[in-house]
Amino acid sequence: MARVLCKGIEKSYGDVRVVRSLDLEVADGEFLVLVGASGCGKSTTLRMVAGLEAITAGQLLIGDRVVNDVAPRDRDIAMVFQSYALYPHMTVRDNMAFGLTLRGVAKAEIEQRVGVASTMLGLNDLLDRKPAALSGGQRQRVAMGRAVVRQPSVFLFDEPLSNLDAKLRVQMRLEIAKLHKKLGTTILYVTHDQVEAMTLADRIAVMHEGVLQQCAPPQVIYSRPANTYVATFIGSPAMNLFAVQRQGTRLVGSGLAMDLDPGEIELLCGDETELTVGIRPQDWRPAPSGSTPDATLQVDVQEPLGSETFVFGELLGANRDLLAGRDLITQQRADSLVILRLEAGFGGHQGPAIGLHIDRQRLHAFDAKGVRLNKNTSEPTLG
Amino acid sequence: MAGSGHGSSGVAPTGWQAMLPHFLLIPVSVITLYPVLYVIKLALSGTSGATASAWPWPDHPSLDAFAKVALRTDAHGTWLFGRQLLNSLIVSGATTVLGIVLACTAAYAFARFEFPGRRAGLLGFLATQMFPGILTLIPLYVLIQKLGLLDSMLGLILVYSTTAIPFCTWTLKGYFDTLPKEIEESAIIDGATRLQIFVRIILPLSAPAIAVTALFSFMAAWNEFVLAYTFLSQEAAYTLPVQIRNYVGDKDVQWSLFAASSLIAAVPVMALFYAVEKHLVGGLTAGGVKG
Ligand SMILES: Nc1ncnc2c1ncn2[C@@H]1O[C@H](COP(=O)(O)OP(=O)(O)O)[C@@H](O)[C@H]1O
Ligand SMILES: [Mg+2]
Repeated sequence: MARVLCKGIEKSYGDVRVVRSLDLEVADGEFLVLVGASGCGKSTTLRMVAGLEAITAGQLLIGDRVVNDVAPRDRDIAMVFQSYALYPHMTVRDNMAFGLTLRGVAKAEIEQRVGVASTMLGLNDLLDRKPAALSGGQRQRVAMGRAVVRQPSVFLFDEPLSNLDAKLRVQMRLEIAKLHKKLGTTILYVTHDQVEAMTLADRIAVMHEGVLQQCAPPQVIYSRPANTYVATFIGSPAMNLFAVQRQGTRLVGSGLAMDLDPGEIELLCGDETELTVGIRPQDWRPAPSGSTPDATLQVDVQEPLGSETFVFGELLGANRDLLAGRDLITQQRADSLVILRLEAGFGGHQGPAIGLHIDRQRLHAFDAKGVRLNKNTSEPTLG
Repeated sequence: MAGSGHGSSGVAPTGWQAMLPHFLLIPVSVITLYPVLYVIKLALSGTSGATASAWPWPDHPSLDAFAKVALRTDAHGTWLFGRQLLNSLIVSGATTVLGIVLACTAAYAFARFEFPGRRAGLLGFLATQMFPGILTLIPLYVLIQKLGLLDSMLGLILVYSTTAIPFCTWTLKGYFDTLPKEIEESAIIDGATRLQIFVRIILPLSAPAIAVTALFSFMAAWNEFVLAYTFLSQEAAYTLPVQIRNYVGDKDVQWSLFAASSLIAAVPVMALFYAVEKHLVGGLTAGGVKG
């Protein structure tokens, strides 16, 4: 087993910088998920670690060895491709044994290792089939088996589940988690799916346009996003952002008008006056009758799901252009509908507008550039 | 029908509608097959010659022409037909093997590696295919003569390879380009060298394409006439097409021998076609990536 350390890694195609000065460490035995929108440079990063792509600048270490110029086969890694990339003309058994045969491992040991892996992955009945005679999920398992038998010190996964249907994806996700628990091997796992990231990762690294935005455990990524990009990328439905001004202990703007305690506001935004606050859908409550609401939502659509209800709409008095003018990097369009996630029986709201209170403890504040300000956010309830 | 919600797809047509295509197809088949039938008629007409009727069946079927063609010997008693058949087999076989072996490796390099001259090389190969072969007849004759390879199989093999190799290279490169890169990348990570990838992954996956390319290359050499007719002057060195042509001399036209030898020459190609037919369907890579 071994760690993977990227020191200022760069990748350019001509003038296009696809990965920019990436500093990232996958600790020994860690399951690190690299997540980001399509085209942000995840696969490129993984392929540089695998040795399939030359590194433009920076240093890559696996274990304690600089491997920039080491051939893939000597890096002691195994990779699972999005497209599985099985050898179509070989049986499942030969697919798994191929790497070991090339390395001159003894026949008996190959047999034994293939046996262990195929038992672990439930492939025992399929060993003599060719890939064409397997379902998507089975091919995925063979691809994993092929990596497992090699007993590498690092596993690399490139969106291994994105070709599977939703149900299989959940099942395979669990199997990958089990696999990591059992083997304890270092894993660098690439996906664009935040659910995979949140459920599998020891730590998540969020990437955007070739730049690492934040690398932290899932709970931290969720509850203390480092900037507006991470804030809107992780969490579903996404966090809404509002451009506000601080006036004393009040935050005003975009349809919000809320009073905070002096201590609260200090922790939230320091001495910044123009800021962007982020509110997750579940951090709103209907305001009790008689109290002054922090905001009023003009309801467009309600979606009762039984256990909870999603409410979509616009805040009264909102000027969403203000936020769009701030030029923040976000995953969502800044002027998209406000989303609330309320309890199923939140009052049987019928009218066109709801008065709302906001959980002060769970406010996120960002400066004009979208960098996180507040230090106070409480530990999360994962949603 | 137009505008109604009921398409006729999935419902078998009945009555005269079902017959209509056949009324069209039967005449077309007759037109296509008639010349072939006529050749068969000529071949079966025996050595006495065919009657001039248009009916494609001989009045007195006989295998004399086949026997005469197949048993032909020269003044020294050498079995000429056997000799010429062997010439044809060796020349076509060697051209194919040489073409495929060199083209496989060249095509893989063109398909996978970046190197100086890659584009120029590919275009050069394409350019040689665009000119009619007859253009190169005289320069080739001079070359072959200087090399002392007139009337030799080696000369013919070399000449045929100049067209076979570019053709095979382009065809195979086209196929290699369709093989998913990830399969090779996973082999690289599994620890395979380029040579191992080529031999253990690419070649097995390309078996159908190689078989088809080999077939075309073999057929081209087997049927080639102009170059062979130019470079070969001794009967013992002839390939079959040259001999076939010789049955239709200036003074002496032996149509039945011409027809019989043509049919005999067609047999190996038909056998080969039959042998690789299942590969023509292809599809060996199914299941390797996605699904
Ligand atoms: N060989 C290449 N030449 C030029 N640009 C490339 C090449 N490979 C990838 N890119 C670009 O690099 C960016 C990142 O690609 P990739 O790492 O595959 O993204 P991801 O895996 O995050 O979806 C994309 O914008 C893509 O267009
Ligand atoms: Mg990718």
